[in-house]
Amino acid sequence: MAKSPETEHPQKAFGWAARDSSGVLSPFNFSRRENGDEDVTIKIHFCGICHSDLHAIKNEWGFAHYPMVPGHEIVGIVMKSGKNVEKFREGDRVGVGVMVGSCMSCDYCNQDLENYCPKMIFTYNSVYHDGTANYGGYSDMIVVDQHFVVRIPDAMPFDAGAPLLCAGVTVYSPMKYYGMTEPGKHLGIVGLGGLGHVAVKIAKAFGLKVTVISHSPGKETEAVDRLGADGFLVSSDPLKIKAAFGSMDYIIDTVSSVHALTPLLALLKPNGKLITLGLPDKPLELPIFPLVLGRKLVGGSDIGGMKETQEMLDFCAKHNITADVEVIPMDQVNVAMARLAKSDVRYRFVIDVANSLSK
Amino acid sequence: MVGNQPEKEHPVPAFGLAARDQSGVLSPFNFSRRATGEKDVKFKVIYCGICHSDLHMIKNEWGTSTYPLVPGHEIVGEVTEVGSQVEKFKVGDRVGVGCIVGSCRSCDNCSNSIENYCPKMILTYAGTYHDGTVTYGGYSDVMVCDEHFVVRVPDALPLDAAAPLLCAGITLYSPLRYYGLDKPGIHLGIVGLGGLGHVGVKFAKAMGAKVTVISTSPAKKQEAIERHGADSFLVSRDQEQMKAAMGTLDGIIDTVSAVHPIMPLIGLLKTHGKLVLVGAPEKPLELPVFPLLMGRKIVGGSCIGGMKETQEMLDFAAKHNITADIEVIPADYVNTAMQRLEKGDVKYRFVIDVAKTMQA
Repeated sequence: MAKSPETEHPQKAFGWAARDSSGVLSPFNFSRRENGDEDVTIKIHFCGICHSDLHAIKNEWGFAHYPMVPGHEIVGIVMKSGKNVEKFREGDRVGVGVMVGSCMSCDYCNQDLENYCPKMIFTYNSVYHDGTANYGGYSDMIVVDQHFVVRIPDAMPFDAGAPLLCAGVTVYSPMKYYGMTEPGKHLGIVGLGGLGHVAVKIAKAFGLKVTVISHSPGKETEAVDRLGADGFLVSSDPLKIKAAFGSMDYIIDTVSSVHALTPLLALLKPNGKLITLGLPDKPLELPIFPLVLGRKLVGGSDIGGMKETQEMLDFCAKHNITADVEVIPMDQVNVAMARLAKSDVRYRFVIDVANSLSK
Repeated sequence: MVGNQPEKEHPVPAFGLAARDQSGVLSPFNFSRRATGEKDVKFKVIYCGICHSDLHMIKNEWGTSTYPLVPGHEIVGEVTEVGSQVEKFKVGDRVGVGCIVGSCRSCDNCSNSIENYCPKMILTYAGTYHDGTVTYGGYSDVMVCDEHFVVRVPDALPLDAAAPLLCAGITLYSPLRYYGLDKPGIHLGIVGLGGLGHVGVKFAKAMGAKVTVISTSPAKKQEAIERHGADSFLVSRDQEQMKAAMGTLDGIIDTVSAVHPIMPLIGLLKTHGKLVLVGAPEKPLELPVFPLLMGRKIVGGSCIGGMKETQEMLDFAAKHNITADIEVIPADYVNTAMQRLEKGDVKYRFVIDVAKTMQA
C-alpha cells in the first residue's frame, strides 16, 4: 500500500498545501527525507510568494499534483549538513530557489545551466530522484542537495532577500545573457510587480536608463521616485507610447497574462530585443513584419543556474538590492493569494514561516 | 504643378517594364534617369532577377506601391560612366545593385554599415529618392546609383546566376552571420525551398553546417538532397517525422511568407536555439511562450543586409562557387513568369535577360 505524505520519509514536516484546483491552502502534515551525505537540512525562516505559486495551486498550467506545498523563494538556517557537504555548516544563512535537482552530467549541467537540463527537478509540484513528491517552502523545514543551495550574504536581510531566489535571478539571468549590461543603454520594463520592481533596481545597478511600462498610471511616482526608474509610460496611452517608438535597446516583459506584443516591438530600436519572462496560459500573437524590418527578436529566459543565482545574490548584496516586501503570517496566505490575483501588493508577499507556522 | 512626367523629369532616357495598376501586368515604359552625379555610377543593366517581392509589389499586396512601378532589385550590369568623386568603380566594371539605393548616411545604423535598418532607407524601386523623385528598379536598360550602394560582382561569378544573390543571397547570408548560425558543425534547418531557401542551403553548407530542409512538399526531397546538397529533409505536415526531429536543430531560417504555425518549428530547436524569419507573413503568428522560456529560445527577424555585408556575401559566394539556380527569360516573358512564380513553378529564380531582350 502506498505510503502517505506523513509516513513516506523519516523527518516530520509541517506546511500548508493546496488540495485541489480551488487553490485554497490549509495545514498539511508530511515528511522530509533523511539528510543524505550531499544534503543540508534547512529550518525555513521566510518564503516569498511568487506569482507562479498562484498559477500552480490553481492548476492554471495544467500539470498540478495535489496536495501541493508551493514556495520556491526560501531562506533559512542550516540545521544539519551531510558528511560530503563542505560549502555549508550549521548556522549558515542559506536559500533555495526554483530547483532542487538535475541530472548533473549533461552539457547544460556541466556549464552551470542546470535550469536548462532536460531532467531539472522543480522545488515543488515535481518528483525527486527517489520517486517521491517534492514539497516547497511554505513549510517548516526542507532537505536539499548542497548543489542547489546558495548562501545568503551577511549584508542581506532574510525577509527582503527571499524573493531574489526566484524574482531576482529571473531578471538578472536574461540581462546578462542578452547583453543588457552596457551602461547608458535604454531598457524598458513591462509590469511593475514582483519581477518588474526587482528588475528596475538591478538594471539601475548596471547603469542602464530604465523606463517602466505599466497599465497603472498610479504606479508612476513609485517607479520614478522610489525605485529610481528614469521614465514611465502608461501602456494604455497611445500617444505617449507612440512618442517612445524606436527608443529602447531592450525590453523585459514580466507580464504573465495574454497581452499585445505589437506596441512593445515598436518601442524597440532596430536590432532591439524583447525578452519575455511571464508565462501566460495561452499563446501570444507575434507580428512578423516588425521583427523582419527591424531585425528584432523575442526571446525567453527561465530562472538561472546555481552559479548565476549565487552571483546574483552577491551582486545584489554589493548594491544593496532587496525586494520590497509585505511580511505576512502563514494563516493569512489565502488572503494574500486573493490580493496577489488583483496585483494588490508592493511588491512581494513574504511568509514569516519561523514565527507563524504552527500546527 | 501637374504630376511629374517620368519621361521628362531627368535628362537620361531610359526604357523598362512597369506595372500600371494593381493588376500587376507589366508593359513597356519610357522614363528617364538622373544625370550621373559626382558620386554616382551609371551602368548598363545586363540581367535582373525576379524576386517574389516584385510580385507582391506590382500587385500592391503590401499597400505601399505607387504606379507606374518598375520593379527589380537583383540587378547586375557593366559600368558605363562614373562621377568625378567615384573611387571604387571605373567604366567596364561588373557591378550589382540590390534592394536599397540610399539612406541617411549619418544615423547609428548607417555608421555601423547596416544601412538596411536606417529609418530613412530608400528602396531601389517604389521609393522616393533624396531629390523627391520616384525610384525605378532593374527591369530597365540603365541604372544610375550612388557608389555607396553599388557592389562589385566578382569575376568568378557568372553575371546571370549572380543576380539573385543581390537580394536572395544577402537575405540568407546576413542572418546566418548575425545570429551566429555560421559555425561549422551546427545543425541548421531551412524552411521553404524556393528562391531564398535554395540559396540558403548553399551558403549554410559552405559555412560547414549540417542542413535539414523543411518543406510542405515531399516531392522536393530529391532536389534538396541531390541537387542542393542538403543532408536531410523533413516534411512539415508529417507529425511523426517532426516529432522525431524535436530538439535537434541549433537554428532555423524560415523563408516562408505565407501564414504558418511556428510552434512546431520552435519544437525542432535545441535549447538556446534560434528561429529566424526572413519571409514576412501579413498576419501575426501564434507564439507559444512556454517553449521559448523553458529552452531560452529566440524568434527573430532579418531583412536583407548592409552594403559592406552584401559585398562580403558576394566575395564569399565567389570563393565557394555559390550562385542561384536560374531560368533566364526574355523581357516579353515577364508576365508569364510572374504567373508561374505565383504558383511556385520555377527552379528557383527567373532572371530577365535585359541586355539582349529589353528594347524600346
